[in-house]
Amino acid sequence: MREDKKTIIVFSNDMDKVMAAFVIATGAAAMGDEVTMFFTFWGLNVLRDAKKKASGKSFLERMFGVMMPKGVEKLPLSKMNFLGIGPRLMKYMMRKKNVMMLPEMIKQAQELGIKMVACSMSMDVMGIKKDELIDGVEIGGVATYLGEASEAGVNLFI
Amino acid sequence: MLKLAEYFVDAKGLQCPGPITQLFKQMKEAQSGDIVTIEVTDPAFKRDVESWCKKTKNELLSLEESNGVIRAKIKKA
Repeated sequence: MREDKKTIIVFSNDMDKVMAAFVIATGAAAMGDEVTMFFTFWGLNVLRDAKKKASGKSFLERMFGVMMPKGVEKLPLSKMNFLGIGPRLMKYMMRKKNVMMLPEMIKQAQELGIKMVACSMSMDVMGIKKDELIDGVEIGGVATYLGEASEAGVNLFI
Repeated sequence: MLKLAEYFVDAKGLQCPGPITQLFKQMKEAQSGDIVTIEVTDPAFKRDVESWCKKTKNELLSLEESNGVIRAKIKKA
């Protein structure tokens, strides 16, 4: 076991939970730790690039794509979402209080060398293609996660 | 003769985890024995910088607060 290693599973696409995940991840990286974040199920929506489009999707896959938030700017809140007013208020407060916004945090996470892995099985189930994910994301499966997790001192599921 | 450098990081106004990521980035550039002074307004930083130094094995030379500004001096291990 290595205490300087951490893994985080990002299962949720709630903006508040994703923020917590990235604060912990970047914090850990700044403490000198090696951090791997695994994005699975709804968490994959965090990695969708709003500007990218993937071809070769079936009808159902396209439907899924339309119904889920496309990228980090579109994430809902887990509480007080109020049809999208909640996240807008939250972003306003964050800007006012000089809290780092999620897109910036993701950029910083990549700069700090945090590894981001997208789960191939949930990508397949939800019809998300690699071409529509932000750059720098790897594709992995449960063995990738377990391999990293068994070495790490802290493993979180968010 | 080894020439030691001193760095200053202004992280005032930044929220968690901004201050420690700034500190981390500056420390990465510094050489062993160099001193980094950082100023932060986030009240969490007082405890955070202690944990950070303990974890990264860098030496916290001083930690003081005045008028809401926390000032820490750290020596790179």
